[in-house]
Amino acid sequence: MARYGMVIDTVRCVGCMDCVVACKTENQVPEGFGRDWIAYETRGAFPTVSMEIRSERCNHCDDAPCVSCCPTGASHVDPFGQIVMVTHDVCIGCKACVASCPYDARFVHPEGYVDKCTFCIHRVKEGKDPACVSVCPTHCMHFGDFDDPNSRVSRLLASRRNHPLKAEAGTRPRIYYLV
Amino acid sequence: MDALSRRRFLKISSATLGVAASGGALASAARAVTGAGAATGLRTVATTCDICFWKCGAIASVRDGRLWKIEGNPLDPLSRGRLCPRGTGGVGAHFDTDRLRTPLIRRKGRGGDEWASVTWDEAFTYIADKLQGIKAQHGPEAVAMFSHGIGGNFLKHTLKAYGTPNFAAPSFAQCRGPRDVGFTLTFGEGVSSPERTDILNTKCLVLLGSHLGENMHNSQVQEFAEAVGNGATVIVVDPRFSIAAGKATHYLPIRPGTDTALLLAWMHVIVTEKLYDREYVEQFGFGFENFAAEIAYATPEWAYPETGIEPDVIRETAREMARHRPATLVHPGRHATWYGNDAQRSRAIALLNALLGSWGRKGGFYTPASMDVPGYPYPPYPVPARGKVDNPDHKYPFAIEAITTGIREATITGAPYPVKGWFVYATNLMQALPNEAETIRAIQALDLMVVIDVVPSEIAGWADVVLPESTYLERHDDLNVEWFREPFVALRQPVVEAPHDQKPNWWIARELAVKLGLGAFYPWKTIEEYFEARLTKAGLSYETLKQQGILRGAQPPIFFEDGVAPVFPTPSGKIEFYSLQLQEKGFDPVPRYTPTPQPPPGAFRMLFGRAPVHSFSRTQTNPILAEMMDENVVWLNADQARRYGLATGDRIRLRNQDGVVSRPVAVLATERIRPDCIYMVHGFGHSAVRMRRAYGKGASDAELVTKYAVDPLMGGTGMHVNFVTIERES
Amino acid sequence: MRELILTRQNHLVDPTLHVWAWQIPIYLFLGGLVAGMMVLSGLFLWQGRHQERPFTSSVAPLIGLVFLSLGMFALFLDLEHKRYTWRLYTTFQPTSPMSWGAWILLVVYPALVAAAFVHPPKLLRDLVPGVMQYTRAIEARTGARRMIGALNIGLGAALGIYTGILLSALGARPLWNSAILGPLFLLSGLSSAAAFIHLVARHVDEREGLARADNLFLVLELAAIVMFVIGLANATEAHRQAAALLLGGSYTALFWVGVVGLGVVIPLVIQLLAVNHRVQHSPVAPLMVLGGGLVLRFVIVSAGQESRWAALLADLVNALA
Ligand SMILES: Nc1nc2c(c(=O)[nH]1)N[C@H]1C(S)=C(S)[C@@H](COP(=O)(O)OP(=O)(O)OC[C@H]3O[C@@H](n4cnc5c(=O)[nH]c(N)nc54)[C@H](O)[C@@H]3O)O[C@H]1N2
Ligand SMILES: Nc1nc2c(c(=O)[nH]1)N[C@H]1C(S)=C(S)[C@@H](COP(=O)(O)OP(=O)(O)OC[C@H]3O[C@@H](n4cnc5c(=O)[nH]c(N)nc54)[C@H](O)[C@@H]3O)O[C@H]1N2
Ligand code: SF4
Ligand code: SF4
Ligand code: SF4
Ligand code: SF4
Ligand code: SF4
Ligand SMILES: [Mo]
Repeated sequence: MARYGMVIDTVRCVGCMDCVVACKTENQVPEGFGRDWIAYETRGAFPTVSMEIRSERCNHCDDAPCVSCCPTGASHVDPFGQIVMVTHDVCIGCKACVASCPYDARFVHPEGYVDKCTFCIHRVKEGKDPACVSVCPTHCMHFGDFDDPNSRVSRLLASRRNHPLKAEAGTRPRIYYLV
Repeated sequence: MDALSRRRFLKISSATLGVAASGGALASAARAVTGAGAATGLRTVATTCDICFWKCGAIASVRDGRLWKIEGNPLDPLSRGRLCPRGTGGVGAHFDTDRLRTPLIRRKGRGGDEWASVTWDEAFTYIADKLQGIKAQHGPEAVAMFSHGIGGNFLKHTLKAYGTPNFAAPSFAQCRGPRDVGFTLTFGEGVSSPERTDILNTKCLVLLGSHLGENMHNSQVQEFAEAVGNGATVIVVDPRFSIAAGKATHYLPIRPGTDTALLLAWMHVIVTEKLYDREYVEQFGFGFENFAAEIAYATPEWAYPETGIEPDVIRETAREMARHRPATLVHPGRHATWYGNDAQRSRAIALLNALLGSWGRKGGFYTPASMDVPGYPYPPYPVPARGKVDNPDHKYPFAIEAITTGIREATITGAPYPVKGWFVYATNLMQALPNEAETIRAIQALDLMVVIDVVPSEIAGWADVVLPESTYLERHDDLNVEWFREPFVALRQPVVEAPHDQKPNWWIARELAVKLGLGAFYPWKTIEEYFEARLTKAGLSYETLKQQGILRGAQPPIFFEDGVAPVFPTPSGKIEFYSLQLQEKGFDPVPRYTPTPQPPPGAFRMLFGRAPVHSFSRTQTNPILAEMMDENVVWLNADQARRYGLATGDRIRLRNQDGVVSRPVAVLATERIRPDCIYMVHGFGHSAVRMRRAYGKGASDAELVTKYAVDPLMGGTGMHVNFVTIERES
Repeated sequence: MRELILTRQNHLVDPTLHVWAWQIPIYLFLGGLVAGMMVLSGLFLWQGRHQERPFTSSVAPLIGLVFLSLGMFALFLDLEHKRYTWRLYTTFQPTSPMSWGAWILLVVYPALVAAAFVHPPKLLRDLVPGVMQYTRAIEARTGARRMIGALNIGLGAALGIYTGILLSALGARPLWNSAILGPLFLLSGLSSAAAFIHLVARHVDEREGLARADNLFLVLELAAIVMFVIGLANATEAHRQAAALLLGGSYTALFWVGVVGLGVVIPLVIQLLAVNHRVQHSPVAPLMVLGGGLVLRFVIVSAGQESRWAALLADLVNALA
């Protein structure tokens, strides 16, 4: 069984937001909302400054509190690649999952259900990369199966220094940032 | 200026064509590109992006009759299958609710806001009458056209047929002009657009200002990421810690306006330490000894107090550049109109590249190639009785293109002859030209001002007649026969229909010509006939082009080491380290550093640049891109912010040296900028009320550029010379 | 220096989470109040003291029905996808406190009704003419009353603790990450329930008794609050930052003045004086306790949403790129 995740190379990422725009159009994310976003993190004092830029989204956590706290089962782990999904017409919009996510990756869709990144499961099922990955002009995003030690994501993780986000929140996120 | 205007590029004959030649996988990808049309289901159309002038190949998808998304065309060497964020968000242009819908004629005086919606025929009749009047009274040369981008081609054709020689784009005197002049003076050729930079293979990339990653010219950014990923040394010189600086091995926080001093010091180190490419310089160089003598004074110690860059750092970075030569690329930049001495700064960049032997070499500058697609066999244009109006008596001897601000000045002064009509196509002169008061003065002197735009922009607000164009997703444009790494021709074609009464430029140009009695200049009825004619002559298939969106030629050699003949079309036929043509016109034959005035105490130099999600002032009403960034902010050094008691998000106004005050704008207190300047993204602070989504959001740098320094070589308008003070907005 | 710019601006999520407005604190407060009333009435039923504590054991359950319904209505108002509310009851999700809560609420209703049936007040007798037949049935069975009492104690405790666990299970909000939150909410529910009965019960004796009980609950609540804050302040960095919201941060005044001072300490002092007959009993103290219980829920829900697993909130600059 596959366990999909992402490896994102912060050395290449320029923070252009193409991934954010692509998600908008691909998934028709309503105005005022975003399933992914950019974090620009600067350290130091001018001119000795360093910067890490990250394209962020739902981490499709292995230990997803959004799933375990959901009272209806709308939030669930899809057997396809263990992607964390929300079934729209099961969700009551109680927002427990929104509050449970350390990454603030979820939002309430104007239609009432809770929405977030789906890893573009509809594309992945067709053998394509997620929209954000497929447009990135710097080719800094990689999508693949962490259960396959030979996948590009697994190999990248093994070969480069990296960190996930907020590991201390304990949800075992599945997006790693190469540094 | 024969030497300057001579161009030598590789022209690739179309005999070697066919995408199939470039591999079976690509060919099958191509077949999938343009799908059959249907009201339901998915339909794709191959076209090209027009959110900027890079013109990336794209594939647009229409789902159930509604425009859905746009992606890169994998066949296209510019996009390599991936668009930039503006391209991806380009679909928003179609849905923009602020769009112009019908032709408009002004009811009251210029600058007022009362309009009558008219039919296209009424608009053409009005324009044609005025044009005939101007011709009768002042001659056809009294009409000028400003345009930016390929969409202006047919209108230019109509106006050439009408009889004027006056056409200008802000891409010269407000943008890359100094660079192209500086390089042409040195190598005999410009850098062209897309730039002929081989960032992909460079081992050492030097960026002076060029803020790749914010400047999103697609291929450049892709290659930049590739180079960074491959571990290339990156040296970034910028008063602001740009995105590129974040990737840099060496970040040099230069004092604004002092780049020439740094460049001279670098060259000094490379020459005195004999680190330059001696073989290359000896073989191709002209006047090297004189050049070396001229820069003898320019030690790193000399440059230090000017630039603020430590001598050790200057030496170290110079040696680093030399270590990787010839695969060291000192990027020529693009928006080079900074301080009025820009052509000479660009020439210094050219010379540094020459020392490193990077021109013509892998990892430096390649020699671009293009496909040979003949023009349409139009009847000859009438020969204008008078020369171009923008540069009388070659006041700017090295101007190789027309100067927008020169036309503006002639319009105000009436010299060398009066200008009475302006056509403005896809350029928002209010945001693009410095000192908007002068632009308004010129406009007030006109008998006719026609603006062809897609939204009710600032410039449209000044027009007598506004013509609404369909967006690039709804129209054909002229063929894009590009100069690039490899030859290709690309097609822009409609993906969806225009939602209202908007029309494509070719139709507008043709109808206007017919109205003017110039129908003979349009032997074709539809643009497809025009394409067929040109492509057939080139031995290319329009059908295939329609399907694939692009036709590629075979890859020719593009580097000296691969067999490109090193030719330098300068007067000496060599790389001119010492320029006799400059000397002859009374300029420094070797660039010298002239200090630019620094801001008085309490004032900041105003700098500006790009945000990745916007193009100039043209995308702020695009609903998708506006959502990514709906206003700009003023970057202010964190220490300065503390001194002013300002925190990020606080609102301020900027007041410039001439008392012009900006709109309220938020502060970004940041460690990412020097304390002596502020920075903002260009294109915001729209004052056109009908651009509802953008009106009043953020501040306009253009409004504050009341002062500009004109480059004496070529008439470029340096715009980084404005100083502002900060006023807290209560 | 550290600057963090996020381009995200999701409604209800940025710049800080604020998915839950007034509805959830109201629900938590009413839920806690009802829980407290159940425990108290259950206790008296179990002990067989329902005759001497008629309000607590017979009227309060009926009022509890109303309060609980109001609370659930507030909860319903908070749901964003209301027409799918029924989905709560087509599944049971064992890992979800909210699912537990939904089902607990369902059994709380019959428990409250049963409590009221033990010794139906006049209103109920008038409203439901056949009620006495159930009362008689309960009286006929030895242990039935005790069963009902135990049921109310158990469900009341579960309901009270659940309102806390609901939050503490949301691990992403460090402020809520405390095992004490459940007991704290239960104690606050008990003190509120006692205060409420103290406020409205008729019998002086009953009121007096509940005021005494209230004092005990308030002391315990105060202890729980102190433990809650100390616990957070001595845990991880994220928890320390969460605690900082109450220790100098934006919720400090509301928490220490509104909850601890006006909601616990001062009414405790007043009531201690009152039960020792140093001052007259008055509605002031119980009203303060009730207010404190309500503010406690508001503070915990709001501040909790602001706490997060990130570095200093002050560094966060939203939507300024
Ligand atoms: N202050 C300041 N001035 C600058 C610059 C700066 O950074 N700051 N940058 C300079 C540079 S580098 C350049 S290249 C120039 C750019 O200058 P311009 O090319 O003039 O750029 P914009 O301001 O975007 O104006 C474009 C206009 O075209 C319209 N338009 C967009 N799409 C279409 C279309 O499909 N058809 C038609 N007919 N119209 C369309 C837009 O609505 C807008 O009014 O500006 C220069 N001037
Ligand atoms: N997203 C996006 N990309 C674009 C465009 C767009 O509109 N949007 N426009 C395109 C066009 S036409 C152009 S011309 C280019 C322009 O883009 P570039 O040519 O890359 O940029 P410049 O305007 O030259 O430079 C802006 C940078 O120069 C720095 N700078 C300012 N003053 C100085 C100085 O004195 N010395 C040095 N060393 N640096 C300085 C600023 O801090 C800023 O980082 O972008 C192109 N790409
Ligand atoms: S598209 Fe790629 S380079 Fe651009 S912000 Fe997203 S991840 Fe970074
Ligand atoms: S990132 Fe948040 S929404 Fe995504 S799986 Fe993890 S907890 Fe759930
Ligand atoms: S909002 Fe929807 S998905 Fe989230 S926990 Fe509630 S029911 Fe589940
Ligand atoms: S994977 Fe798909 S849904 Fe998730 S952020 Fe990327 S584009 Fe959006
Ligand atoms: S660089 Fe971006 S905006 Fe310009 S043509 Fe290419 S995709 Fe379009
Ligand atoms: Mo430009």
